[in-house]
Amino acid sequence: MRMLKQLMFASLVVAGAIAAGPAGAQQKTITIATEGAYPPFNAKDSTGALIGFDVDIAKALCEEMKAKCEIVAQDWDGIIPGLEAKKYDAISASMSITDERKQKVDFTNPYYSNYLRILAKKGSGITGPDGLKGKTVGAQRSTVAATYSEDKLGRTSTVKLYDTQTAAYSDLEAGRLDALVSDVYPAYDWLKDKPEYEFVGEKIDLNDKIGIAVRKGDTELQSAFNKALKAIRDNGTYGKLNAKYFPFDIF
Amino acid sequence: MDFYFDAKIWASDTVCAALRPVSPTLFATSCGRFIDGFFVSIELLVIATLIGFPLAIGLALARTSRSSILSALSYSYSYVFRGTPLLVQLWIFYYGFGALGASGLGLLWPLFRDAYSVGLIVLTINTSAYSAEIIRGGIVNVPNGQLEAAVASGMSWWTTMRRIVLPQALRIAWPAYSNEVLLLLKGSALVSTITVLDLMGQTRTIFARSYSLDIFVYAVILYLILSGGLTVLLRWIEMRMRLPGY
Repeated sequence: MRMLKQLMFASLVVAGAIAAGPAGAQQKTITIATEGAYPPFNAKDSTGALIGFDVDIAKALCEEMKAKCEIVAQDWDGIIPGLEAKKYDAISASMSITDERKQKVDFTNPYYSNYLRILAKKGSGITGPDGLKGKTVGAQRSTVAATYSEDKLGRTSTVKLYDTQTAAYSDLEAGRLDALVSDVYPAYDWLKDKPEYEFVGEKIDLNDKIGIAVRKGDTELQSAFNKALKAIRDNGTYGKLNAKYFPFDIF
Repeated sequence: MDFYFDAKIWASDTVCAALRPVSPTLFATSCGRFIDGFFVSIELLVIATLIGFPLAIGLALARTSRSSILSALSYSYSYVFRGTPLLVQLWIFYYGFGALGASGLGLLWPLFRDAYSVGLIVLTINTSAYSAEIIRGGIVNVPNGQLEAAVASGMSWWTTMRRIVLPQALRIAWPAYSNEVLLLLKGSALVSTITVLDLMGQTRTIFARSYSLDIFVYAVILYLILSGGLTVLLRWIEMRMRLPGY
């Protein structure tokens, strides 16, 4: 019995130490989450390390702020709840600034702008949103593209929602989807290796701005990011990173 | 089929209207989606069990038969589908086989194109593999003397199974089988990862628009209602089958 008590006490101490660990370190390190399944903005390389524009921007901001940062991967579905639960301090994962999200988190100033495009197989005959009536359209769940698809196309088309952008691409290729509504730049990147697919119709510009999310009320981190963002815009770091991924300006 | 769809819509409208005065706004606005997902989960469960159960009996008979080929085949089937995660099976059947496309799958493509039918196929296979082992356990627990008596009185193997062994084996296996059905209900939530809008799929879609964790509480309540009803039903069947003296 006594041994059992000692064991229980020991495990409590260990549990306490584990719980206290990250909290103590949080003073110095800023933990930033990204999704890791959204190339070229965030992805994992062959060694499992996180790479991409979002990751580079986060690192550049941290360098500018002279802060120690750690980038962690988190599934898209749970990325906002994870921030609220203090698993990390910020999200740099190509997150659109929307009213729905602003209820839960605060955003920095935008670090790039996005618009939507429709992707389909060449020769599909689809020429724009009107051509999607009665067809099956895909989008990643919990994105601006999903909201657009559900609200604008949902009445006349079958909308399928995917956990990741990569899964949605697979189903487009498998032929389960007639078209995919997607953010423009990742689709642009994907199309480079897929000559049998193309953008159809006009761009869908919803004045979509991408920002870094911080916990609601964390104005200190928010303004630090904003200051650093202005600095890397001015000193050319941003331009270099932009050019590394795209031959045109995405700001 | 139309009758069923109409009934679903009617049920959804009635339930949501009845709940409106007492439900929080968030539930009221997404009630239709919840009820829809609730029905899809029930459909998957009912169809998978209705096909999976007879399949499992067949597999269990093959497993306990004297033919070593049949027994080995049945064992391999159970080994493969019990030994791999349901999630992996779903992804292989949906994304893996799906990548072969219409040209690769030919006549099977309509079946594999539809996420719902892929989910149903995988759940059926999965539950039949588990249930086969449960029913096999029931069969080997029937005293050997009864088999000998059946043979002695001139019954064929099939008659022995049908009239002597299975009726007892199923009674023995039923409580464990009930457990498997409940596990299947919970496992069925994984079909949401292959775009099926079951209760979990709808829950995640609603959550994606509101970011309110309350949504998951509503899902928990709906799942509890589902498993509660299921438990009562399975228990009722168990009572009905009970024989005096056992």
